[in-house]
Order: sequence, then structure tokens, then C-alpha cells
Amino acid sequence: MDFSVFLQPAFSGGGTYLDWVLSGIKWTLWVSILAWIIAFTVGSVLGVMRTTRLAILHVPATVYVEVFRNIPLLVQMFIWYFVLPEIVPKGMGDWLKNGMPMPEFWNAVLCLGFYTASRVAEQVRSGIQSIPRGQTEAGLAMGLTRPQVYRHVLLPMGYRIVIPPLTSEFLTIFKNSSVALTIGVLELTAQARQISEYTFRTFEAFTIATVVYVLITLTVTVAMRALEKKVRVPGYIGSAGK
Amino acid sequence: MFSGFDFDVIERALPYMGQGMLFTLGLTLLSMLGGIVLGTVLALMRLSSFKVLNVPAGGYVNLLRSTPLILVIFWFYFLVPIAMKKISGDAYATGIGPFYSALIAFTMFEAAYYCEIMRAGIQSVPRGQVHAAYALGLTYGQAMVKVILPQAFRNMVPILLTQGIILFQDTSLVYVVGLTDFMGAASKVAQRDGRLVEMYLFAALIYFLFCYSASHLVKRLQLRYGSGR
Repeated sequence: MDFSVFLQPAFSGGGTYLDWVLSGIKWTLWVSILAWIIAFTVGSVLGVMRTTRLAILHVPATVYVEVFRNIPLLVQMFIWYFVLPEIVPKGMGDWLKNGMPMPEFWNAVLCLGFYTASRVAEQVRSGIQSIPRGQTEAGLAMGLTRPQVYRHVLLPMGYRIVIPPLTSEFLTIFKNSSVALTIGVLELTAQARQISEYTFRTFEAFTIATVVYVLITLTVTVAMRALEKKVRVPGYIGSAGK
Repeated sequence: MFSGFDFDVIERALPYMGQGMLFTLGLTLLSMLGGIVLGTVLALMRLSSFKVLNVPAGGYVNLLRSTPLILVIFWFYFLVPIAMKKISGDAYATGIGPFYSALIAFTMFEAAYYCEIMRAGIQSVPRGQVHAAYALGLTYGQAMVKVILPQAFRNMVPILLTQGIILFQDTSLVYVVGLTDFMGAASKVAQRDGRLVEMYLFAALIYFLFCYSASHLVKRLQLRYGSGR
């Protein structure tokens, strides 16, 4: 078990193997954070849409969530990367294949973002639906319009309730970013695999990757616990449903 | 939009895809069973008051829940042949094949998630049941097997099945070690015939139909047999 392999210069140039690991970490973080931004915004909008009574908002959101939740992430990645450029109009398809910078990266970000948005939508929906109906009715009785009820009454409570499940979704995005290796993004797991193939030090390479993932999880969990403590509403223990 | 969408390639590939689907279903069911059994054992370990059981189980579960599934697949794909070499003493043992490595990987991975589900299930059984069992003179083992676990399982059936559906989707990741599950079969046909669009969309459609109907069945099951909460 020889961890000094990471200080050896890489076979194909470009610094030591440790630099490969750091590059992998960088790509994992970029993919995950950008995907989370998409997931959080799109998912919140969808979650709110699913709680309304208007069919014109309710139905597309439900269709979206069902479609994106029932197709495996790997299949979705392939469809974004391989199928999408073929089925859009020719000009856009050509740009996607040739002109776009870093196509693997952006496809991974978009795919992961929209996939996780469907999960975030479910969490936000269950958070809003766990608030007693009396709150909505009191808001309406006081003369607030429905959008105002959402903005001032439901969403502030809803988000505080779902912080624990949303934390778990945020961690899941970091883990799901590893699926991007199938379309060529050289994130952490891909780099670990490459290092193991160049140096045959499989144990060390995978150990480093595992340690990094565990550290990311620990850091996020600790940070989220601190955030939860700050925004906790007295009297509401724990999260809302699944 | 689709100039020449080739339905024929899907039709010709159906037998091969059927084999891939059997592989996927087999892997899913076996990992589910193994995962539930191992997960229940881990849950009991985590709930015990002996630190020597509590801490390793907790460490194992937390470790596997922080690691991506692809990395776990790689770990077991790499470790199982080495373990076979050690066990059989033969320096050139080739291991037990990639299917069994993947099976072990999925079982160990899912066990961590099933452990958390079963732990919640066991804790959802009213404490009075435990006290009543002890009052009747049952040992810990008898109380668990005859009183607590049956109730815990019944409470957790919908969540266990939902986790099974998630596992069904996750088996597509064996693609990274070259195994031919349903997605792998679709991918091989796609690359052989140059028909990526048709095959990947077809695979997505099949996965969608399977998972959507399965989760609807689970919802109906939950409504019909749900222990009123």
C-alpha cells in the first residue's frame, strides 16, 4: 500500500497524479454545484406548481416529475449527450455537437440539474403540504392573494421544514455527479479509475476518492446542521414526511 | 424532426434486450433480498446497546451512504478477485465473475440503505410491544423474530418496495464495468447498428413504464394495506 504514488509525475505529463485527483475534485464540485443551482430553482418552482389547484400548472409539473423520476440517471445522461443533438433542428444540433465548449460538462450539469429538480420538487411539495390548511385559509381571510399567501406564509415555513431532506438531495447530487464519467467528464471517480489504470495502484486511488467523498459529505452535513439550527422554528421538530 | 426513425432496429433487437432485462431483474431481486436480510441485521446491530456492534455497523452504513454507487461497484469489481485469491490460496484465481462481483456490490450498498429503513421500521413499533414480549418471558431473540420484526416489516413494505424500484434503476450503472444489463444491451445494439436515438429512447421508455407502474402498484398497496397512521 504505497501512497507516495500520488507524488510521482503522471505518465502522460501534466503534473503529478495528485494533480489529477485535484482536477477530479474540481470537476466534481463544479458539476455538483451548478447542477444544484438548476435543481433548486427549477425544483422549487415545480414543487409550488404541484401544490396549486390550477390544472394548467399542476399537470405539466406532475408529468415532469414522473418522467424524470422513473428513468435512470444513466439513461438520461445518454439521452442528453447522444440523442438530444440529433432530434433538435439541424442548426442547433450541429452547434451542440461541434460549436459548444465543453459539451460533456454542460450536458452533465443540465442532466443532473433537471433530474434532481424532480426530486427537489417532491420535497418542496411535501413541505408545503405539511403546513396546516388553516395557515392558508387565515392568509386568504386576511385579504392576501394566493401568490401572496405562498410568498409570505407557506414558503418561509415550507423551506425550513424541508431543509433536512434537501440536505440529503444536495449530498445525493455529489454522489450522482459520478455518473457523468460515462459521458466523459473527468470528475473524481473517473480520475481515480484512470490513476488505477496507469499505476496499477487501484487500492490507493480508490481510497483517496472514497475519502474525498466522505469528507464532502461530512462537511455538507455539518454546515447544514448549523444552518438548520439558525432557521429552526420552535415547536416544529424534524422534517415533513418523505 | 425524426428523419427515418427506425422502428425495425428495435424490433430486431428485442430478444437481446429481453436477455438484458432478465439480467437486470435478476440482479435487482437478488440484491434486494440480500440487502434486506443484511440490512435488517445491520439495523439490529445499530439499535443494540453493545458498542462493539453499534459502532462498526454505524460506520459501515455511514461510509456506504456517503460513497457514490459507481465507486462502490468499482471497489467490489476490484476487490472480489483479490478476496477469492486469498480465500482459495490460488495465486491465479480469476474470481467469481463480474456478475457476482456486481451482485455483492449492490447487496452491500443497498444493505446500508435498507438498514436505515428497517431501523426506522423497528423504532416505529410501539415500545409497549417490546415490554409485553419481555413480560411474557420471551428472550430478546424470540421477541425480535416473533413480535417486533413482523410488525416492522409490515410498516415498511411500501418504503422497501420503493427502494427496490430505485435499485432497479441503479442497476443500469453496471454499464461502467461492461456488464450487459438492459441498458447495456440497448447500448450495444445502438453502437453496433449506429442507431443511438431509437435505442436510448426505447430504453428510457421501457424503464419509465416499468418504474411508473411499479410505483403505482406500491401506492395502491399502501392505500389498501396501510396500517393507519
